[in-house]
Amino acid sequence: MDISFFAAAVVAGTPLLYAILGELITEKSGQLNLGVEGMMLMGAVIGFKMAIITGNPYLALLGAMAAGGFGAIIYAVLTVTFRANQVVSGLTLTIFGTGFASFMGQGLMGEIVPPDMKLFFADFKIPFLGDIPILGQIFFNQGILVYSGYLLTIIAGLYIYRTQIGLNLRAVGENTAAADAAGIHVSLYKYVHVIIGGVLCGLAGAYLSLVYIPSWQENVTAGRGWIAVALVIFCKWNPYRVMMGAFLFGGLDIIGFRIQKFDIHISQYIIDLLPYIVTIVILILVSVRKSHSGSAPASLGVSYFREER
Amino acid sequence: MKKLTLFSVLVLSALIAFSGCGKKDKTTIDGKEVVMGFIYVGPIGDGGWTYAHEQGRKAVEKETGIRTIFKETVPEGAEVKDVIRSMIDQGATIIAATSFGYMDYVAEIAKEFPAIKFLHCSGYKMGENLSTYFGRIEQPRYLSGIVAGMKTKTNKIGYVAAFEIPEVVRGINAFTLGVRSVNPKAEVHVRWTHTWYDPAKEKEAAKALLDEKCDVIAQHQDTAGPQQAAEERGMFSVGYNSDMAKMAPKAYMTAPVWNWGPYYVGEVKKVLAGTWKASDYWGGMKDDIVQLAPITANAPDGAEAKVNDIKKKILDGTFDVFAGPIKDQKGTVKVPAGSALADKDQLSCDWFVEGVVGKTKGK
Repeated sequence: MDISFFAAAVVAGTPLLYAILGELITEKSGQLNLGVEGMMLMGAVIGFKMAIITGNPYLALLGAMAAGGFGAIIYAVLTVTFRANQVVSGLTLTIFGTGFASFMGQGLMGEIVPPDMKLFFADFKIPFLGDIPILGQIFFNQGILVYSGYLLTIIAGLYIYRTQIGLNLRAVGENTAAADAAGIHVSLYKYVHVIIGGVLCGLAGAYLSLVYIPSWQENVTAGRGWIAVALVIFCKWNPYRVMMGAFLFGGLDIIGFRIQKFDIHISQYIIDLLPYIVTIVILILVSVRKSHSGSAPASLGVSYFREER
Repeated sequence: MKKLTLFSVLVLSALIAFSGCGKKDKTTIDGKEVVMGFIYVGPIGDGGWTYAHEQGRKAVEKETGIRTIFKETVPEGAEVKDVIRSMIDQGATIIAATSFGYMDYVAEIAKEFPAIKFLHCSGYKMGENLSTYFGRIEQPRYLSGIVAGMKTKTNKIGYVAAFEIPEVVRGINAFTLGVRSVNPKAEVHVRWTHTWYDPAKEKEAAKALLDEKCDVIAQHQDTAGPQQAAEERGMFSVGYNSDMAKMAPKAYMTAPVWNWGPYYVGEVKKVLAGTWKASDYWGGMKDDIVQLAPITANAPDGAEAKVNDIKKKILDGTFDVFAGPIKDQKGTVKVPAGSALADKDQLSCDWFVEGVVGKTKGK
């Protein structure tokens, strides 16, 4: 196992990082959005389409974020305004997003991201940091979207734990009625953070279609959205842990290709299963030892009716 | 001026009427229109397997003038039966099912509709009205191995492969024999992905091989993921299914590709002539059903001459890709000099030739 494996794990983990962060922020507001996979696919297809039409990386990313945000708005209208069941609404959003992406993706097959846009997303070394032995090679010789992923994680952490709005947000997620009584605009908070979550999921999809693959393919996410939902629990709703979870699972996803060269007598199929086995084990562990600090927002998944308070 | 216009209108309408008549005579049999239906496992724009079959469909329309219909992304399950029924409702009299997984359903439904002619790709079940067909892609794979063997400087070639099945194992063997015919020191390192179609995973497998100092990447996969990995690292690649030059202009050298047109056109012509019979078709380069895509400027000097030399021998039948002596990975002689691997042994091939680094079993 060498440094190149760890650098590849960071790349494989980056789409997860955006998606986990998006879902984490959504869940902090007490909304459980299972539409991550759908919003990722919407972002992936619109981002790619914008890339082909405009050739401008900013417009492509903007389009992806708008598409993810649009998916989140549908979910927010259903669950916040009309108080529909959050689980069902999220699942519906995934089905909708998958269909939306295959429909919009017709005719994009075989297209590739324009070369100058590939350059925009290409790896570059960060001065000084990139020269640190080992760590520099793993973390600071990457593309622009990997770096912005690091930044967003830190910003999200500061936002949630160090600002007044972040405190209000946590209050909405923990005890919606109390937050409402304290004069916090509950619906507004829920809307804004569900949409921010969708925007980040759109970016996660765009990372796959614009940087990782750089070409269009149906179902480009291949279940990564679901892993992201489970990883929010793994990260114990703490944004600072998101990076660890994302890169660990990025590594598990690709480890099979790196150990095939060794003469190990483990079935390759077991290794393919590793990310899923680890997810299940972690879900069990988290629910067994219910420490106070690492548990879900208390109002997660519960629709808020002011009259019932 | 008016006269000229009138004249051209007359000529044009005559032409249209004439061509219309001509078409009608050619495309019916016993007064019934011949229509061919194609069932695809992927989208026609996949740039790979389904795209190649779609080119075959276009060749049928162009060369025989019959009407064709098609359906994309049909899953390899019982749904294919509904698709076939709906095609028959739309008038289809010949149906080509272009993926292995359709086999059992096609065999079932072929009995239900004895008047319809069925063609099934890459399977082994046949019937009165059910043909099976495939191509010897191993021949152009051997040739692409020559290009890769001449190109490699590290003597390590990476091969991203889908599943441990005879079709893929056979391809890796042919490729390796081609590599070692020009570069006996080179090794072919195999990485299994367990998917036909996942660009992210395929690319990661190729990246792992590149990190192990492989400088040429080949593939038995349906996306261009491995090509893009080679392109990003400034290394070289051999594609599969169709010309992938557009996907990796600086890396791509050549690819073994499918050319289904001649087979489909031939079958339709037989149907129109009333001489069609169910058959077991396994064509090679001389039938033009498989080809080597044009060799690009990324290929090493002299590769084209060497390839053309062997290609000529394959075409005139004096060269067999699987001619002995062939040793397996342990050095045991599997095919002695003077003989060649029989078709049935090729179809059940589960061992690697000398020079392959990897295992044919998933453990």
